[in-house]
Amino acid sequence: MRLGLVIDLDVCVGCHACAIACKEWNASGTIGPLSDYQPYGAEPSGVWFNRIRHYEMDEYPNNKTVNFPMSCMHCEDADCVTVCPTGASYKRPEDGIVLIDQDKCMGCNYCSWACPYGARELDRSSGTMKKCTLCVDRIYDQALPVEERQPSCVLTCPAHARMFGDFDDPDSAVSRTVRERGGFPLMPELNYNPTNTYLPPRRKPVIPVDTQPRGGLKESIKQFANKLVRR
Amino acid sequence: MHPAFSVIFFTVASGAGFGLFSLLFIADTFKLGGGFTPAQLVIGGIVALGLIGFGLLSSTFHLANPKNAWRAFSRFRTSWLSREGVFAVVFMPLALVYLACIGFDAPLWLRETFGLLSAVLAWITVFSTGMIYACLKTIRQWNTPLVPANYLALGYASGSLLLLLGAVMAGLDTLPYIAMAALIVSIAAVLKAIYYFWIRSPGLTPTINTATGLTRAKVKLLDTGHTHGTFLTQEFGFQIARKKAGLLKIVVFGLGFVLPGLMLVWVFNERDGQAAAIIAAFAGIAGAAVERWLFFAEARHVVNLYHGAQRC
Repeated sequence: MRLGLVIDLDVCVGCHACAIACKEWNASGTIGPLSDYQPYGAEPSGVWFNRIRHYEMDEYPNNKTVNFPMSCMHCEDADCVTVCPTGASYKRPEDGIVLIDQDKCMGCNYCSWACPYGARELDRSSGTMKKCTLCVDRIYDQALPVEERQPSCVLTCPAHARMFGDFDDPDSAVSRTVRERGGFPLMPELNYNPTNTYLPPRRKPVIPVDTQPRGGLKESIKQFANKLVRR
Repeated sequence: MHPAFSVIFFTVASGAGFGLFSLLFIADTFKLGGGFTPAQLVIGGIVALGLIGFGLLSSTFHLANPKNAWRAFSRFRTSWLSREGVFAVVFMPLALVYLACIGFDAPLWLRETFGLLSAVLAWITVFSTGMIYACLKTIRQWNTPLVPANYLALGYASGSLLLLLGAVMAGLDTLPYIAMAALIVSIAAVLKAIYYFWIRSPGLTPTINTATGLTRAKVKLLDTGHTHGTFLTQEFGFQIARKKAGLLKIVVFGLGFVLPGLMLVWVFNERDGQAAAIIAAFAGIAGAAVERWLFFAEARHVVNLYHGAQRC
């Protein structure tokens, strides 16, 4: 099994609900708490497993805002695991989830240096590195109804921009969607073989913007007068 | 990258210590300049081990959870950081046996065997220190074989200047020590110059387009999504102005290579220029420290692409 997420950049509205749901679940999860520093102060900061950034593609009038959620990619060739000197970072052979043993981590930050995706963050209060667990403490929970055995970011997404599944199974929903929509990994040139896959924004026709017709001499004088007179 | 003082101190001090120890072995084997007395060799060895020990100790200060530091020896098979720790720890007893052989006048073959073993391990340990940085694909300024080469050359340059100081203080013929220091310092200077030249051009590196996968058009950051800084901005956001970096490179060369070189001439002419030898050693080590600071400051991690950098 190779568990991971599919994130639809065409659908994501950038509401940060996945990040909030992630923080809520994992603050009391297996490697919680996720410490906040000055949450109500002048410089609020803290540990998050999921961060959403916002980008603009192309230039006006062909521009498009792309909201970009990022969490651990659970890479096939995860350098964060190989560089870890203590053995705290490990990749589970059974489902490919990359985890950090909080009892072994010495907080050297080396794994965060090796991660190109910024998925790992040091918790200053515990002195250990923390990262997305793919909600390992809920996806296998027999006490939950089957449809709820998914990462909380996926469950909460109001736009259904996130999918969770097994990438090793060619007939799983995630594999099929990635095939049909042309999903892509981030920074493939570094050869980390990330599991999480992103779906590109769809190509849409440019919405024509009406240009103002020039009004001649009378209109120009009127505009000039309007500029002079303050209302 | 955020330049952490403890790591800078560690790499400079332990590099100089390992360099000094292995050059001490060479000086002892070939009886350079008449050869140090056993007592002088032991003192030199203890100075080298002290530098290494203090360096290793200071490296634990940047750990957020040092109580687990002992676990760092467990991933020898994959992690260069782990390897460095293991090699450093294996080096220590070998070096102590070598010093004991000198102190207690052990048979020559025993003394030479342990000397050679500890010198080789010193080399391997400094190489591992460099590989900690060079193996990271995420930082192009580090992901080059020039990094371990620089670490070795600078460590041995600092060591050779310390050894010259020792030779001057011991009243030996300084000529072989001057020659050795001049050679190693010039090699270090040349390697550093190649490194600075090499990292000037970005080459084939990730861009904001490959980082976001949006490769069909220009991409720019609108919002990072966090209010204040994060762990990522603190650790990787550090940026140094190009002008300041250029100035510091001049300092690295002036302090680390040119000044020690001039002082070597001074020692050569004076024949007992102890002050010159002291200046050479301290300038060399200070230059290495500036170099190490710049090594961190100039490194740009690819995560900066997600924070708006077009390329790193």
